[in-house]
Amino acid sequence: MSERIEQRAPGSEGEEDQIVPSPSPVPEPPERKARSSRRGESVFRFLASGSGVLVVAAVALIGLFLLIQAVPSLMANNANFFTSPEFSTGDENNLSFGIRDLFLVTVFSSVFALVLAMPVALGVALFLTNYAPRQLSRPFAYVVDLLAAVPSIIYGLWGILVLAPAIEPIARWLNTDLGWIFLFRTGNLPVLSGTIFTGGVVLAVMILPIITAVSREVFAQTPRFQIEAAKALGATRWEVIRMATLPYGRSGYIAGSMLGLGRALGETIAVLIVIRASTSPMTFSLFDGGYTFASLIASAASEFSQPLPTGAYISAGLVLFVLTFVVNALARVIAGGKVNG
Amino acid sequence: MTTATGTDLDRPASEPPTRQIALGRRIKDHVATVLVSLAFLIAVVPLVWVLVTVIARGLPAILSADWWGYSLSGVLPEEYEGGVYHAIYGTLIQAFIATVIAVPVGILAAIYLVEYGRGPLARAVSFMVDILAGVPSIVAALFVFAAFISILGAPQSAFMVSLALVLLMLPVVIRNTEEMLRLVPDRLRESAYALGIPKWKTILRIVLPTALSGTVTGVMLAIARIMGETAPVLVLVGYARAINYDPFEGNMASLPLLMYSELSNPEAAGQYRIWGAALTLIIIIMIFQVGASLISRFSAIPK
Repeated sequence: MSERIEQRAPGSEGEEDQIVPSPSPVPEPPERKARSSRRGESVFRFLASGSGVLVVAAVALIGLFLLIQAVPSLMANNANFFTSPEFSTGDENNLSFGIRDLFLVTVFSSVFALVLAMPVALGVALFLTNYAPRQLSRPFAYVVDLLAAVPSIIYGLWGILVLAPAIEPIARWLNTDLGWIFLFRTGNLPVLSGTIFTGGVVLAVMILPIITAVSREVFAQTPRFQIEAAKALGATRWEVIRMATLPYGRSGYIAGSMLGLGRALGETIAVLIVIRASTSPMTFSLFDGGYTFASLIASAASEFSQPLPTGAYISAGLVLFVLTFVVNALARVIAGGKVNG
Repeated sequence: MTTATGTDLDRPASEPPTRQIALGRRIKDHVATVLVSLAFLIAVVPLVWVLVTVIARGLPAILSADWWGYSLSGVLPEEYEGGVYHAIYGTLIQAFIATVIAVPVGILAAIYLVEYGRGPLARAVSFMVDILAGVPSIVAALFVFAAFISILGAPQSAFMVSLALVLLMLPVVIRNTEEMLRLVPDRLRESAYALGIPKWKTILRIVLPTALSGTVTGVMLAIARIMGETAPVLVLVGYARAINYDPFEGNMASLPLLMYSELSNPEAAGQYRIWGAALTLIIIIMIFQVGASLISRFSAIPK
């Protein structure tokens, strides 16, 4: 690197006054090279800030365009948008759609996935940072990251064709022996596979690598002196985790879980394939079927032709966008700068 | 310390005054070790399970002679004929167009964040990158549908898919590039300034090349991530059983879309093609993943 700088130095176009990165209003010698490089500087600066602004604009435009497309349909809606469980857009002149069940199924499946994934992710992150031998820690972390590389459609196929039959006995046991808990009541499906329960397990697998990656990163930043202080007091390995790693990394772990929740809320194709549709409303059981926001939109995607019915789905998309926006913003606030990405 | 709770480094140099750690604490420590190791095993199970399933069920398809060189044009649902090269083409071209758009914008935005960004705008950009990273793919697809197809009247095409993929790819590229740019030692920048090289040339000729390998790694990981996206192709392009080379017009297959449409095929050949396409997709993604890690291994930033 330094050789290249030396070679460039003698004939380089920069003049003395360009040493300061942001030139102060010192009078410039009227030299062409300096002027052209100053123009280069401002063009480049403009391009870079423009790209930054583009990102902000993209998020704003997503919200704006979804809103523009959703409003006419919301005006034409005959049902209460927030409390109606039905979503019928077949008759363009009599739209009646509400997001109650979409919201419930989305939240039930995502929160269930979170409940399953959070303890495992915590364990994996601690294993990778505090237990795994140093040489194996990176390959092990890579293996967990590979979980995130598998496309969601493959998780969906595996979930319904392989996993669902395998965990059906567990579902049956929960339903028979713990059916008095409302979560494990028989739901609105005649079968026990392809339910929110199945979907939640698949989602848990899918969000595990995100939670793990964020937590691992934060746990690894635990100040060395805190760990050493704990050890000096004679702490066991678990006590070091309790006294140093967990207090330091808690916010990162929660932020990672929020990111995982955001991913689960918006997961589309795996949920569409795994969770069966149901004709009757949600009964607050994990053995219900139905659509999430994302899976409903995807299921209707081939019929997006008439503006008003399409707008109904776009309004569902808008709610999903707001939901994930809030969850991700919260994650960022909680992380408080410890997590980047 | 007779219990095997630590490595050599953890062991005190002289014998501790009390030789035994209290039983309760030892039990807790062991239970924690077991649980934590168990958690890792639990995490590995689904990965192995998924991969074994896909390989076992997909292998017959991808080993057939026609798989890599033919499309499904004219193949009946129940026939074990044809291949998926039309879908492979679709997956690659859609990812390629998205990359061509997302990489320059993403790298420039990262440069803005690291080299120029100060004040409220930079904070807003950084915040929005995080938000964009969390935008579900179906929402990105709906946005492209609302803005370009509904309002501007563009037809459904592979290019629309690429536009949605750009939104999904941007945050990954920006965050990775940003991280790499921050790793470039400041003394490199300062040396360049000392030699009178203007800031923008320093960035283009010195900072970026130094961070190049990490940036390329990030881009390849981003590509690997978007190639498996199914929601955008469901919303934004129709499925075609034959090859279509034109990304700006007409229906085009891609591996996820082919898998999804074969799901409604009740014949056994449908399953055969689904798992074959799944394995093909995983192989392509793995090529990018492994490529990314090779690049990052062989060219790290000098400290």
